[in-house]
Amino acid sequence: MIKLTTTSRRILQCLLALCFSSCSGIQNSINPAGPQADSLSRLWWLMFIVCSIVFVLVMVALLLALRKRTPHSDVTPVLEPPADQERRKRNVVISAVTITVIILFVFLIASFSAGRSMTAELANKNGLSIELNGHQWWWEVKYQDVDASNIFTTANEIHIPVGVPVTFSLRAADVIHSFWVPNLSGKKDLIPGKINTIWLQADKPGVYRGQCAEYCGLQHAKMALWVVAEPQEQFNAWRQNQTQTSMPPLSDSQKRGQQVFLSSTCVMCHAVNGTPAGSNIGPNLTHVASRNMIGAATMTNTREHLAQWIRDSQSVKPGNRMPQHNFNEADLQSLLDYLQNLK
Amino acid sequence: MFSRLLLCALLCLFVGSCKREQRQFSQPPSAFKSYDVTMSDIHPGTPGTQQPTQNPSDQRAFDANEGKRLFTQYNCSGCHFNGGGGIGPPLMDAIWIYGDQPENIYSTIVEGRPNGMPSFRQKIPDSQVQQLVAYVRSMSGQLRKDVMPSRNDTMNARRSEQRTERKTPQQSTAPPY
Amino acid sequence: MSDERAKQPPEISTSTISDEELAEVMEREKGELERTWARPRGLHGWLIDTDHKAIALRYIVTAFVFFVLGGIEAALMRIQLARPENHFLSPDKYNQIFTVHGTTMMFLFAVPIMTAFGIYFLPLMIGARDVAFPRLNLYGYYVYLIGGILLYAGFLLNTGPDAGWFAYVPLSGPAYSPGKRVDIWAQMITFTEISALVGAVIVIGTTFKMRAPGMTLNRLPLFVWAQLVTAFMVIFAMPAVMLASSFLASDRLIDTHFFNPAEGGDAILYQHLFWFFGHPEVYIIFIPALGFISPIIITFTRRKIFGHLALVLSLISTGFIGFGLWVHHMFATPIPQMGQSFFTGASMMIAIPSGVQIFCWIATLWGGKLNFKTPLLFVLGFFAIFILGGLTGVMLASVPLDLQIHDTFFVVAHLHYVLIGGSVFPLFGAFYYWFPKWTGRMLSEWAGRLNFWLMFIGFNLVFFPMHQLGLHGMPRRVYTYLPETGWGMLNLIASIGAFILAAGVLVFIVNAVWALRVGAVAGDDPWAAESLEWAVSSPPPHYNFHNIPVVHGRYPLWQAPEDAPVVRGLSTTKRETLVTSVLDAQPELRFEIPGPSIWPLMVALATGVTFIVGIFTPWAFLVGAILAGGALTAWFFGDPNYENRPGHDTEEKSETVVPPGELQPKEV
Repeated sequence: MIKLTTTSRRILQCLLALCFSSCSGIQNSINPAGPQADSLSRLWWLMFIVCSIVFVLVMVALLLALRKRTPHSDVTPVLEPPADQERRKRNVVISAVTITVIILFVFLIASFSAGRSMTAELANKNGLSIELNGHQWWWEVKYQDVDASNIFTTANEIHIPVGVPVTFSLRAADVIHSFWVPNLSGKKDLIPGKINTIWLQADKPGVYRGQCAEYCGLQHAKMALWVVAEPQEQFNAWRQNQTQTSMPPLSDSQKRGQQVFLSSTCVMCHAVNGTPAGSNIGPNLTHVASRNMIGAATMTNTREHLAQWIRDSQSVKPGNRMPQHNFNEADLQSLLDYLQNLK
Repeated sequence: MFSRLLLCALLCLFVGSCKREQRQFSQPPSAFKSYDVTMSDIHPGTPGTQQPTQNPSDQRAFDANEGKRLFTQYNCSGCHFNGGGGIGPPLMDAIWIYGDQPENIYSTIVEGRPNGMPSFRQKIPDSQVQQLVAYVRSMSGQLRKDVMPSRNDTMNARRSEQRTERKTPQQSTAPPY
Repeated sequence: MSDERAKQPPEISTSTISDEELAEVMEREKGELERTWARPRGLHGWLIDTDHKAIALRYIVTAFVFFVLGGIEAALMRIQLARPENHFLSPDKYNQIFTVHGTTMMFLFAVPIMTAFGIYFLPLMIGARDVAFPRLNLYGYYVYLIGGILLYAGFLLNTGPDAGWFAYVPLSGPAYSPGKRVDIWAQMITFTEISALVGAVIVIGTTFKMRAPGMTLNRLPLFVWAQLVTAFMVIFAMPAVMLASSFLASDRLIDTHFFNPAEGGDAILYQHLFWFFGHPEVYIIFIPALGFISPIIITFTRRKIFGHLALVLSLISTGFIGFGLWVHHMFATPIPQMGQSFFTGASMMIAIPSGVQIFCWIATLWGGKLNFKTPLLFVLGFFAIFILGGLTGVMLASVPLDLQIHDTFFVVAHLHYVLIGGSVFPLFGAFYYWFPKWTGRMLSEWAGRLNFWLMFIGFNLVFFPMHQLGLHGMPRRVYTYLPETGWGMLNLIASIGAFILAAGVLVFIVNAVWALRVGAVAGDDPWAAESLEWAVSSPPPHYNFHNIPVVHGRYPLWQAPEDAPVVRGLSTTKRETLVTSVLDAQPELRFEIPGPSIWPLMVALATGVTFIVGIFTPWAFLVGAILAGGALTAWFFGDPNYENRPGHDTEEKSETVVPPGELQPKEV
């Protein structure tokens, strides 16, 4: 009996080892890249280690409790166990409960101080300020600035400078979503009718994937985003580019593609600054070619994927709001040329 | 045995629910075609009989709700407001200028009409026009009650479609067929 | 008249009677009791039978069927998630399946089956002949059954709810969940909450007023304490979900604006109302399981429990503190952090009474005369799994850490560890322990061990990797995931484990079916246990106790003296039981228990019509109220006694005049 139990515990230990194996990854809360995630990761490891020790101790106590064997013939119930044994057990139980209370207090204090570090910078006005509006099933990103000419809107990809605190003001356009970039911070919900706030900071350049973490309907699974942390100069260049109006079409194919864009369903939902297309139902496409991914971080932004998305996005993300199109091949290629020019 | 009886009763109650809850994401072939509306009320002999086409979206709650979403997002409400009209004619009343049948409304949206109704040909895909048609008809209560949309999550200017009394359509000009 | 007689406590006489005369009297009484308490015949009889044991077994079978259905839904989900970008289930189907899985398990399986154990064993453990309100009990079952059928009829007709088992607005609201899917969910909640409230009222009434003489509150078994605490929690928690689901249903049906921010409503109001119920709900599921563990440990260690008072106080304090935790489901909302921290404190604090219980049980096991039968195996499995789940719960209690792992597979892992480890494992242990009492047959011991190990290994394979998946960024309720995330291997392990777990449950079903036909005959008390239900035959007679025993201690069968007195004087020609005082169980009066009746079914059908048709039109409430009012009037105004029904022989049989308190009858 006990041998089997030990074996199952060994299996458990192997699985624990599997746990430690992958501490890398771009959507990983225990691979922190910023101070909030770092503080949370440290809290996680503290709790994990203490809780593991507690678990092992309790399991050992349980196994020790099981070791005494009585012959099956002895079935007299013990209604008056020896008083000294009972007293000893009582003392052990009281000590165990006391230790539990102390551990919980330690957790409470550690948790509270980690929480303070999460909220501390919210009032910081020197950092970057971004307004995030959650839609079914994409992210509308609006960079704020005191100078109105620096305000621009993009979608699904957020660039931030390394080492600068970024405050997000979170709103929802339809249902509850949740903004979560595990490498950088915890999550906060986007709730219609309310404005939520979160701040985060990236201390290492890199790409961090975030995902919506509150069930929001058919395509909750594919509502993701990228946060690209880059050095300040690169960020400034990117931002400068994003505030510009769209690249004008140069080649004939691109001009034709713009005509296709403006004369078909695209113009009903998507905006391209500098053209008559001004609808904000869908993601802003002014600089769509500068993004790494399309479809809310579902596919890489390549020509084939763009073609597939335009022709039949329902096969990639069934239920999403973009209808299918059956452009003829020439129109489609021109449209792709135009879109790939919108850097 | 008792549970089987109850199950049968419930199944009867739910007749039609399969269709109501259908969600069609891949574009179906268009249920309508656009054609001219009859403008004259003089006919040789008797007027031709109407052969109305059913709108599959009339039976689907998801489509009617999508139509409601698109009505706002494509800015139909910009002229028709919440059905009460203003710049454009009201859509929640019983009077139809160009016909109340689904294919008439489809024509109106796709072709446009004189005096300000834009043409949305190639701008709104057929499947979405179908949804809009279902929604427009629901504004005057033409759909089945359990299919019509309920209130939306914005300020509500009127009763939801689900609680709208069904109005008998009247043509303000010649019959539409 | 019977009223005057009822006010006098039974007398104790000291006259003697010969053995043969006593045997003859007992035999005659037994025959009369069997006739009085006989189960009504035929299909009609099946519909009106109010015997608490029959109703409880129906609850258990129905709830187990829902458990298997919920398990099938889980298996479908695991197949879909086994590989990235799998096309086994469309997102629409997957969303319905995970919603119905959660709803089934929480509302249609977990709470009813715990109620069922209470309904079956409470009268037997406290020495009563039936529950306090037998016809209400039957009504509760029918309402539950109708609610379950409603949900599954909807699910099979593509109208299954798809907004998650807690259906947050605005997603579940009228604008973003068109059709009747969420309406079915909201009204199903009404049925299951009525059923739970009915069960709670019955548990409290029975426990407080129908205990055998001598069973003071101090001597109440821990099983009964657990059911009592749960019943009080149900009464305080269920109204909150009633409000949440009714407001949602009315927003969807009649254009109210409870949750419409544009018109002054609030989406977070829904979350508060739901979770004020939702958190106590998990304790409502968990605390009865704690009540299974104590009797199993007592029986299989052959000693009195260590720390009885501490265990009782832990149960009560868990019940209280459980109402102060609900915001820990809402840490990501804009509620101010200071307020949220209060809930961190409370959520950590609830670990203390749980810890006390674990330590007391380990102390009981330590040095006990251990008998490693299957029930004890499942209890040991509970320890291993629940403690791990409880520890991850303490992690989730911390606001900042929760913001990383909230709404991820870490939470899925945690909730399954505490619910399956904390409730389902003790439940299976309870099945093995009490199956002989229900059916008179023993379940196979080696099949039980196979069952346990398959479930234990399978469970850990499924849910342990989910902790890591959650930390690695996988959110909940996703129908698929991209291959680049690297979550494929752990998901595959989890999916394989799911089938091992399912195999374990299948072994149990086979075991049960096999044992019903050819299992070893159990006898009254196969485990040599200590509580009163083991004093009667297996299965118990319809009237439970021929003579209600007088209780001398916490472990009646271990502590009963040779010539223990019994209660005499209860009628054998009417359904009577003894009503006693709340604290000390002093006899107060004899109570005529209402018998079988068709009206619970009628009122349940009227309730069903009200709420099912209410999905489509608000007029159903008016019509249904009239129907239910009529049926309720017939219920209350009719004669409660089955014996007085038209056509039944009402000739009063002579009462036995054997003096009480004398010799023990051969059977209790």
